Amino acid sequence: MATGIRTESEAVGLATRSTRGEVGGWRDQPVLLRLVSIALFAGIWEIAGRIPVSFAFPTFSATFTAFIGLIADGSLPLAYVSTLQPLLLGIVLSAFLGVGLGTLCGLWRTGEWLLIPVFIVLQAAPVAAFIPMVTFVYGIGMTAKTLAVMILALPVIVLNTYKAVRNVNESLVVMCRSFLGTRWQVVTQIVLPDASPVIFAGLRLGVAAGFVGVVLAELLITPTGIGDLITFHRSRADYAEMYATIASIIALSTLTLIVLQWIEVRVFRPETRGA
Amino acid sequence: MRAAVLRKEPSSMPAPIDPIVEVRGISKSYGSTEALRGIDLDFPRGKLTSLLGPSGCGKTTLLKIIAGLIKANAGSIAVDGKVVTAPGPERAFVFQDFALMPWATALRNVAFGLELRGKARAEREEIARHYIAEVGLAGFEDKYPHQLSGGMRQRVGLARALSVDADVLLLDEPFSAVDEQNRRKFQEDLIRLRSNQNKTFIFVTHSIEEAVYISDRIVLLSPRPGRVSQIIEPEIDRSGDPDLIHRDKHYLDTVQEIWQGLKQYAE
Repeated sequence: MATGIRTESEAVGLATRSTRGEVGGWRDQPVLLRLVSIALFAGIWEIAGRIPVSFAFPTFSATFTAFIGLIADGSLPLAYVSTLQPLLLGIVLSAFLGVGLGTLCGLWRTGEWLLIPVFIVLQAAPVAAFIPMVTFVYGIGMTAKTLAVMILALPVIVLNTYKAVRNVNESLVVMCRSFLGTRWQVVTQIVLPDASPVIFAGLRLGVAAGFVGVVLAELLITPTGIGDLITFHRSRADYAEMYATIASIIALSTLTLIVLQWIEVRVFRPETRGA
Repeated sequence: MRAAVLRKEPSSMPAPIDPIVEVRGISKSYGSTEALRGIDLDFPRGKLTSLLGPSGCGKTTLLKIIAGLIKANAGSIAVDGKVVTAPGPERAFVFQDFALMPWATALRNVAFGLELRGKARAEREEIARHYIAEVGLAGFEDKYPHQLSGGMRQRVGLARALSVDADVLLLDEPFSAVDEQNRRKFQEDLIRLRSNQNKTFIFVTHSIEEAVYISDRIVLLSPRPGRVSQIIEPEIDRSGDPDLIHRDKHYLDTVQEIWQGLKQYAE
């Protein structure tokens, strides 16, 4: 009985939400649209593979079969175990260090002069060129891979956070001070929430760059993990397996970004939910 | 406190009795621009005083100096006899641009002043709910600022200032970003709120009609640099129908008198 009533009220809630948009109908079915988009992509891939565009370009179905095979024989999970450790460590370190340093530079003039030029140069530089250097100093282990993730992810996180903190709504800061907010409260209650959309944009770019960093490191330096799996299958001309590996890391990267966005909306900007 | 409320006899004497805010010799310059020069003012307890003047007369600057948000170059501000240089619990500010946190509901925005003071959640939300109802926003507690109209947002700003229970409310052109109909309604509500809140209001406005309509005392400031040019105490009975005030003879005469004084500054 109670469940019946609940479902009904939920249905009413859904109906009012969908009528709120200007255009009704199929546009209000984002899940369906996304599935159609994915199916369309897979279809075009399949056709391109069957033409074929290149002898080294497998069809979607062959790639998918290879993907199942890679999971079944354990080589893909094993590769991820070795790739995810430096990736996760590097991203988490970059996120905390980056947001911390960026906030510091945004609030403190001396810090801004000391650090921001370094990060502007780092962001402009083709940092992938540093990766062999990192290997030279730190050898071919976790440290080198983690550093590769960080030199790619850190600059964009620091610079976005710094810009967001510098452009914080001054009127809200004054409001917080007038209601007796301490310096710490101004930062945690006003500056960071107000800056959070731009900080998260930086985090998303940073996470994406971190994926680039770890794959580059594995292709260039340490023949382990996903990078090694890609190289290995390429050398054996197992193109379906190679594509499956590449697609899997793209999918994982996308999934991470979606999770990040979900956290942002849930925790920091609830007012943008459903808007 | 009670004595101050009872002291209601109409007096045309500009000398105020029992000032709660005392401004002494305040001067302020921005670089070579002199915003305020030697301001001496007393704000009587329990009254609504307007700072009125053309743009550039430094009225908002003076209000922010009283609030402790801007430092003066010279002079001092005393509240309840104590010299203040920073924001304090006895003053609360209502902002021209509302200054509401877009990520917080109306309820959290109103309770924010108490949240900063570390009051427990249940307690501060109960107080916030009371003042949300007081400003006529009951039912909108869980709405975000972008879901409210300009007038409603400023009601949230007013409720936030009321909920910290300060003796002095500082309002910086609170209705300038609110449309005309809502401004009228808001002014009427402010007259009603004043009569049951027993607080001192300092109100910055550039509207002569608004100042005369709601104020016990109007301080006219002249521009460049800002100085006190005249103090007017309109004797208008606000106990009856607020609509009648607009037709009151004293109201119309005072508006005219102020306009004659300010005309010279109009460009």
